[in-house]
Amino acid sequence: MDQNNEKLLQTQEPEAAEASAVADNEPLDKNVRLMSPGRMVMRRFFRSKLSVIGLIMIVSLFLFCWLGPVVYTAWGETEQDTSGKVEYTRQEVTYTKDGQEFTFVQVTERGVTINSLAEPDGNHILGTDKGGRDVFTRLMYGGRISLMVSFIAVFAITLFGIVFGGIAGYFGGVVDNIIMRVCDILMCLPGFPILLIIGTLLDSAGVESQFRIYYLMAYLTLFSWPGTARLVRGQILSLREQEYMVAAEAMGYSIPRKIFKHLIPNVMPQLIVSMTLSLGSMILYEASLSYLNMGVRAPYAAWGTMINIVAEDPNILQNYINVWGPPGVCIIIAVLGFNFVGDGLRDALDPKMRR
Amino acid sequence: MADEKKVTEAVSSEPKPILEVNHLRKAFPIKKSLTGKVQQELIAVDDVSFVLHPGETLGIVGESGCGKTTMGRTILKLHPSSGGQIIFDGKDITNYTNSQMRSLRTEMQIIFQDPYSSLPPRATVGDILSEPVKVHKIVPPSEVKHYVLNLMEQCGLRDYYYERYPHEFSGGQRQRICIARALAVNPKLVVCDEPVSALDVSIQAQIINLLKKLQKERGLTYLFISHDLSVVKFISDKIGVMYLGSMVEFGNKKDIFANPLHPYTKALFSAIPNPDPDKKMERIALSGDIPSPANPPKGCRFHTRCPHATEKCKTDVPVYREYEPGHFAACHLLSDEE
Repeated sequence: MDQNNEKLLQTQEPEAAEASAVADNEPLDKNVRLMSPGRMVMRRFFRSKLSVIGLIMIVSLFLFCWLGPVVYTAWGETEQDTSGKVEYTRQEVTYTKDGQEFTFVQVTERGVTINSLAEPDGNHILGTDKGGRDVFTRLMYGGRISLMVSFIAVFAITLFGIVFGGIAGYFGGVVDNIIMRVCDILMCLPGFPILLIIGTLLDSAGVESQFRIYYLMAYLTLFSWPGTARLVRGQILSLREQEYMVAAEAMGYSIPRKIFKHLIPNVMPQLIVSMTLSLGSMILYEASLSYLNMGVRAPYAAWGTMINIVAEDPNILQNYINVWGPPGVCIIIAVLGFNFVGDGLRDALDPKMRR
Repeated sequence: MADEKKVTEAVSSEPKPILEVNHLRKAFPIKKSLTGKVQQELIAVDDVSFVLHPGETLGIVGESGCGKTTMGRTILKLHPSSGGQIIFDGKDITNYTNSQMRSLRTEMQIIFQDPYSSLPPRATVGDILSEPVKVHKIVPPSEVKHYVLNLMEQCGLRDYYYERYPHEFSGGQRQRICIARALAVNPKLVVCDEPVSALDVSIQAQIINLLKKLQKERGLTYLFISHDLSVVKFISDKIGVMYLGSMVEFGNKKDIFANPLHPYTKALFSAIPNPDPDKKMERIALSGDIPSPANPPKGCRFHTRCPHATEKCKTDVPVYREYEPGHFAACHLLSDEE
């Protein structure tokens, strides 16, 4: 596939390079450098505005989540604002007796110890949630969980996919058949209903709430690797017929060397694209699980958990957009960002897109 | 069998051969029953025998699809053979396992037809050439780079190509890289699988001259597969003509060009273009196409296209025999003459 890339020249003096490339077997000038396949991809990637925007979105989200809590230390993830406030309740009762109007005013003064559902102000940039926890701070900590969990899941999926897809594609025959049938079976199973059952099982097993999400993502990994394995297998099936693989065979290289040094590096472009695209869907999975109260649970933060609050109290949905809006925006930014980068990479790695 | 005896007799009178192929057969299954039993097979190489001595070049010619490439790869054990015997350097490697072959890989190498798909696209020239040296520990690790640069110079590659990628090179230069890779492990036998047919004529000459130069310097033995008769005539010491999987004629270049025995060889040689425009060419035109190797004709495989075919050719398989010293052929017409 990279043959089409050749002669895409990057030089200060393109004419000279073109000329020497055309004159067959005329050695290229020492000063004229042709780009490596990787650099050409980078250049095409950065030419697309959308992929650069996506990259900026992702990088700023990462900085926000990992550097944010270091810089902004006013509140902790589960720290409740106990500054308290005085709540007044005023009740008026008016009645008429003997032509005269009487008004009774009853004022109740109640000291509240938790500053819940505070409006955004200098103290709380995005206000507080129902438990008096700072929304802005939780946004950063929640992002850490959401992004990290998705990254771990995607890397695990890719690892499984490479190993099983690589073995299936390289050996073919019976091995291929067994692995692919296992993939088919795993792909038939309905994902979400089983997730809900596992969630209930975790409840009854008494798993601590901040670890639940890891179990669930492990399950997701187990059920998502067949897609990647199929991709890798298909690529390897076509690559192993290339003559350089016959050359590797004639050189007497060992099988692991042939698979992991000669085949996998040539599958990497497609894999990177599928990885970035599945990062977005993993973030959505994590958010949905947390929203359904299956994943991370309060007081710990995840973006989905933070939105979950509206399910308990319709009043918050109506009146306190500062509590559930920001995590929603963060999810959108993350998913969009990863999809933009994935699309950009796919276009950049496609050798037919010559620009 | 009488012909087998003759082959061995011919061997004993000459120095020790580097490669001896006896009745080599290679069939690919094309239809299998549910139990895995082969019901129909494609016979790509059928009953091929020849002997090759160190420092010689054997040119194999034949039409596309006649099994030249398959034969070359089967000799290197890149395909398992389905019959016959391959003796390399005195060792019968026919039934060698992959791990047994691994140590022999340094002695026999291959150069491919397509210089574009035979180099890994994501490795630099330096990596491609130093990998086999490192894997087979040809030289100590500290000398690998020096060794590779030296090799590149021998193959006509500049030292600053070391850091470059295959896509930066033209076809001819890529073929030089392929040659350098094959020679990196110091092989004795190199199978050249149509190494020049993907290149244009001026580059062909350069590559052929490079191969000749390297043969002289390193005492290499070539099995040179090609469908270009002029190239084969230039580089070979011995020539084997293949048709539909079997060797129809084999002999020294001189004998075979001076006195082609088999009608197929005669037809092939008549197709060599002559640069003299005044000389009238007497083409022997063959009618029809090469039959499918999955369903080869009975009797002599060439009888469907042979201008001299008799009834006997349609039923009996001709015997591959020695007609002149070191000159073998398989044709009924020849044995009838005797």
